[in-house]
Amino acid sequence: MMKKLIIGLFALLPTFAMAAGPSVPLLESNHDLTDNASLQRGAKLFMNYCLGCHQMQYQRYERTFRDIGIPVEIGQETLIFDDSKVGSHIKNSIEIDDAAKWFGAPPPDLTLVARVRGADWIYTYLKSFYVDESRPFGVNNSVFPSVGMPHVLQELQGVPTARFEEVEEHGVKVKKVVEITTDGSGELSTDEYDQAVRDLTNFMAYVGEPTRLKSEALGYKVLGFLVILFILAFFLKKEYWRDVH
Amino acid sequence: MAGKQDNASTGVVGNVINWIDDRIPMTRVWNMHIAQYPAPKNFNFWYLFGSLAILVLVNQILTGIWLTMSYVPSAEGAFASIEYIMRDVEYGWLLRYMHSTGASAFFVVVYLHMFRGMIYGSYQKPRELLWLFGMLIFLALMAEAFMGYLLPWGQMSFWGAQVIISLFGAIPVIGDDLTQWIRGDYVISGATLNRFFALHVIALPLVLVILVFLHIVALHEVGSNNPDGVDIKRKKGSVAEEDKPKFQFHEYYTNKKDIVDAIPFHPYYTVKDVLGVAGFLIFFCWVVFFAPEMGGFFLEAPNFEAANPLKTPEHIFPVWYFTPFYAILRAIPDKLMGVIAMGASIVLLALLPWLDRGKVRSIRYRSKWHKLNIAQFVVTFIILGWAGATPQTDLSTVLSRITTVTYFMFFVLLFVYSKNEQTKPLPERLTK
Repeated sequence: MMKKLIIGLFALLPTFAMAAGPSVPLLESNHDLTDNASLQRGAKLFMNYCLGCHQMQYQRYERTFRDIGIPVEIGQETLIFDDSKVGSHIKNSIEIDDAAKWFGAPPPDLTLVARVRGADWIYTYLKSFYVDESRPFGVNNSVFPSVGMPHVLQELQGVPTARFEEVEEHGVKVKKVVEITTDGSGELSTDEYDQAVRDLTNFMAYVGEPTRLKSEALGYKVLGFLVILFILAFFLKKEYWRDVH
Repeated sequence: MAGKQDNASTGVVGNVINWIDDRIPMTRVWNMHIAQYPAPKNFNFWYLFGSLAILVLVNQILTGIWLTMSYVPSAEGAFASIEYIMRDVEYGWLLRYMHSTGASAFFVVVYLHMFRGMIYGSYQKPRELLWLFGMLIFLALMAEAFMGYLLPWGQMSFWGAQVIISLFGAIPVIGDDLTQWIRGDYVISGATLNRFFALHVIALPLVLVILVFLHIVALHEVGSNNPDGVDIKRKKGSVAEEDKPKFQFHEYYTNKKDIVDAIPFHPYYTVKDVLGVAGFLIFFCWVVFFAPEMGGFFLEAPNFEAANPLKTPEHIFPVWYFTPFYAILRAIPDKLMGVIAMGASIVLLALLPWLDRGKVRSIRYRSKWHKLNIAQFVVTFIILGWAGATPQTDLSTVLSRITTVTYFMFFVLLFVYSKNEQTKPLPERLTK
């Protein structure tokens, strides 16, 4: 009876995993937190293209440099563009009220964006801009419709155009983006652009939880210790319980 | 004084012990409640969760103290101080994950502990008060968890608290004033955060510790139940000398009753609990180090965004451990009736000692109907938990309504069939 109940409990577990999902199918970011070269390229992209408007107000430069293998002096020279100290938080000098006027909403802080949205979302989002003359900045985004942000990486990707198809959703016909192609005017090829976006995603995933790798490294040691403790405790219990009948 | 004589020791250590024992009853309490406390010898897996609940309580208090050292309880500083703990405080991330995982682990072990009480009838006479103290612990724990969840001041903290506190507004006449009194403001604000912080770090932990103490006092007065539900304490003089266990138990218990099939709590159950603790920690630490978000169930993604009173999240859910009760609330279209049903779902649990009129405690010797009823209650509870964590759809609404009915039917049916239930004969002594 008891065993059946327990089995039944576990059988129902997977249904819990089906919490809310995104409405657009997301691409897999395949980012790798152990790849320092990718994280360093991502940091460079972030400082050059994102930091003008978006901050990482909870993360410090120095810690970031150390974690992703950039010597602090080199980081200070090449990746800090204002008069910030190396121990400062990664901030810009944009006025929130101005930004809200320019873009319709203040650009969100990106320290934790990978934890709020997920790495796959960021990766897909950065690949989903397309030309839409009806929008203030001339671009729209299929992951984030009517987004207030311009396509900052356009000089890398080139001009992206979308191909639409009519699909039926809940009985209503809607136009959906099925493919986005670039005109090739960007500095990077399609594969290179994907890699650049992956690097940037990787960097944001790192900043979202800078202790992830440290946590896992410590976790293996702790679990190893606990398994040994469990085995010892098992035999200790068995030894003590020999005289209980 | 006679007890002291038995334990009088010699040497320096012995002298120190004697010196203390002359002033506080250290050895007596140790013997009475640990070394010579008679525990049934047939405790199984389900009996590990009481000691694990204490372990988690200690974990919450210790990690909580250290988190408090760096946390800033203000609407302006709370969210940033959590990220400060996660990034700048040495091992702050570990303290925070141990605390956030501990909150969920607390409910995991408490739900399993309560379920143990249900299947083995541990709430039945003479353990009614023990069960009621347990239910009060459960209530205090829910309040503690709810208030703690506001402190990170993320989107889900803010909007979850908004939804739950607004429930009090459903109470006629005083509702609106009551919600304002709880919040200390017209909306959730820094004032709410500060009072929740005070209650979370001092008032409720104090209440919890006192209730846990009373829970254990009540347990040791009546003695533990066991998987057979057969008493190990028999009428004085009714047990033959050769049937008595060879262990020495404290005279507090042996003077009043004859005891069968018991073993001293220490060392037998202390070594067993160490095994349980090691097993539990393997799961716990796996979550802490590898999956602290636990797929969004322990730490919800929207809570990594600072609270914004102008931006409502797409879906607002309480954390998983509240979702079964939240589903009952949502299943009923009328808000006040929903709140009443949610309250009743917990009150009925507290009334189990009186709703169950059976004479046999353990599920092992009860009728097929009782087994089916408990099985349906488990399935009901899980479906409710799922429904409460899902955006409302036609399916989840229908399912939560059906399971709300079956939740309450558990208690009604139990009350009806337990009076003249066909049970199996109880064994004379404990089985393995």
